[in-house]
Amino acid sequence: MALSGVEIFKLLPKTNCKKCGHPTCLAFAMKLAQRQASLDACPDVSEEAKRILGEASAPPVRPITFGTGPKSVKMGEETVLFRHEKKFVNPCAFAVEIKDTTADSEIDGIVAAVAASEIDRVGQKLRIDAIFVSNASNDPGRFEAAVKAVAAKAPEVPLILSTSNAAAADAGLKIVADKKPVLFGADESNAEAMANVAKTYKAILGVSARGLDALAALTEKIKSLGVEDMVIDSGARSAKEIIENNTLIRRAAIKKNFKALGYPVITLAQREEGMLETLIATLGVAKYAAIVVLSKVEKWKNLALFTCRQNIYTDPQVPMQVEQKIYKVGEPTPESPLMITTNFSLTYFIVSGEVENSKVPCRLAVMDSEGLSVLTAWAAGKFTASKISQFILESGIENEVKNKELIIPGYVAILSGAIEDKLPGWKVTVGPREANGIPAFLKSRA
Amino acid sequence: MAFAAPKETYPGKVFQIAIGADQSAVFGGENVLSFHSFEGNAPNRPVIAYEIQDIPPEDWPETVRKVYEGVSGDPVTWAKHCQNELKAKAIALRLIGTHPDRENRSPEEAAKIVKDVLSSINIPLIILGSNHVEKDAAVLVAVAEAAKDKNCVIGKAQEANYKTIAAAAMANHHKLIAMSELDINLSKQLNILITQMGFDKEKLITDPMCSALGYGLEYTYSVMERIRLAALTQNDATMQPPMLGDVGMYVWKVKETQAPEADLPYWGSLEERGIAWETVTAGALMVAGAELLIMRHPRAVKAVENFIDELM
Ligand code: SF4
Repeated sequence: MALSGVEIFKLLPKTNCKKCGHPTCLAFAMKLAQRQASLDACPDVSEEAKRILGEASAPPVRPITFGTGPKSVKMGEETVLFRHEKKFVNPCAFAVEIKDTTADSEIDGIVAAVAASEIDRVGQKLRIDAIFVSNASNDPGRFEAAVKAVAAKAPEVPLILSTSNAAAADAGLKIVADKKPVLFGADESNAEAMANVAKTYKAILGVSARGLDALAALTEKIKSLGVEDMVIDSGARSAKEIIENNTLIRRAAIKKNFKALGYPVITLAQREEGMLETLIATLGVAKYAAIVVLSKVEKWKNLALFTCRQNIYTDPQVPMQVEQKIYKVGEPTPESPLMITTNFSLTYFIVSGEVENSKVPCRLAVMDSEGLSVLTAWAAGKFTASKISQFILESGIENEVKNKELIIPGYVAILSGAIEDKLPGWKVTVGPREANGIPAFLKSRA
Repeated sequence: MAFAAPKETYPGKVFQIAIGADQSAVFGGENVLSFHSFEGNAPNRPVIAYEIQDIPPEDWPETVRKVYEGVSGDPVTWAKHCQNELKAKAIALRLIGTHPDRENRSPEEAAKIVKDVLSSINIPLIILGSNHVEKDAAVLVAVAEAAKDKNCVIGKAQEANYKTIAAAAMANHHKLIAMSELDINLSKQLNILITQMGFDKEKLITDPMCSALGYGLEYTYSVMERIRLAALTQNDATMQPPMLGDVGMYVWKVKETQAPEADLPYWGSLEERGIAWETVTAGALMVAGAELLIMRHPRAVKAVENFIDELM
């Protein structure tokens, strides 16, 4: 929990020397509490006070960058429990597991699938972010060979090396030193050895314990061994445990500023059955995982999960609007119909979905109505005959269509005459009132 | 530093609703956020109803249409198939054929279909209009009477037509879905208007309006979370009805459930992609607070049921 002004004051030199630019230490303490001043301004503050204040003002979930270069992934830094309060900060990374018992040829196939997983959706590049190489063989030599094979094929992809064997960890990390990988596999039995290997190679340490008490104790122990960057695993494997532990970890970090659990969470979502795995991963996305581990790369699953992550991590403050322009649905020809609607994003989604559904290629003119739906925009004077005609004229669409015909939503049928008056040479047709009437309407004209 | 689990308890709870003549499907009743049984009571599983309709599903995409081939020609056969073969726990009959732009069936025809379906199944029935405000007012009144005392769910009442529909649901002893468009305040206001008519607030189901994965899912997700937080933290009775996720209808019209793999090779298998779209939409909304889900594809239903098994 952040410290109060008085608590901070107690840690200051109390000399009121004014070197910080404030009349008294107390005044400076108040500014610090409001985060309007930086502790560096006081030259005489003790090391002890620096440590306590630094810890108290650190972000509740430790910021960590996983991997290096253009494909590195930012984790941590989250500030809220519910996305409507504030944007979730760092979208979770999806990692796919490759067991070191997999034949080399198959490893190549998986790595190639990861490399090819990148898709562009609504202007964002989305991909399988990381590879989780696991030491299923329990043989350090085999593990080293598998890490080597993966790293050679995918030098830019951040790696998680999963082993609880310190010798295997050393063998694997040697190959990807300087690449800021995660070494996943520290537990109560091997903490010292794993902490040492992680320190040697500057790796992020993945720490596992059964339950949150044990996990908090273990991260404190590992921190005292000199490892600061950790990702944590509470042992949660069933959906019930995942929602419970991930929720309690996020709450402890954000509401209690409980440092021992203030680390990014890794959720292991692997399942035999693909749909169930997709759901467990969905739960990880919604409930606070920073890394979600999957068993397989499949294009359909990637698309669903990338989209889910994008939805959950969207900024809730951004108004629900889409850009004003003339959208093409399918591949319209000059003869294709031209419809108009408002730029409330759900209106747009639903109308374009129904047009898509009709299989009739169309142009959809989406007019800026400040994010209001058709009826509300009309009632508020944002979707009027003069505004519609002005938009159509300025869009230059006249030159692209053969028939100057504009289809308007049934709810604003009343506007048809006025639009025709303002758009000489155009014919206005009244379309259906509800979007679900669009397919029948378009098909009947085709 | 010793760890003290930051558990939450809340003053409010969600109303519990039992539907069907035998009250066999029960949902809601929790005093915590969805699946947070570690800090309170979450006595019931969400209920998934299979969606069928009064006319053959010619407008459903291939992936989900073909699983009902041979049974979807008439609603009675279709309903029986869902109950007997798919082991549905409830059925949602959408009277889409009553829409003026579709078959424009009369309220009397709709009432007959409802009677026929009810007499051929013994699981709870949800009866939905075609989402045409005026026509629904007439159709839902007729079907509420036809289903009198069967403890069905009638929907959807909206701001423009709630009076007649709520009155019919009340007179014939049904539960009622109140739908508004993705706004917590509109949702609250509609629940208030309906209860001011004398409708029992504990017989309401809130539909904050569904949206599909990739097509506004986050709006529904957050409105649901906010409604649920208001129910629990503010003990606000107008926000305490359980919530509906009308998933199938929204999912099976988006591009991702229809575009062939040949056109978009990097999107992968159309079949799996469509099912995953319905599965993820339902799963996310359930985590946000939906207790009653309406779905179409049996594999999506099965996956979500398995997920619930793991969550409970
Ligand atoms: S510089 Fe430090 S010691 Fe001097 S007044 Fe400011 S806080 Fe106090």
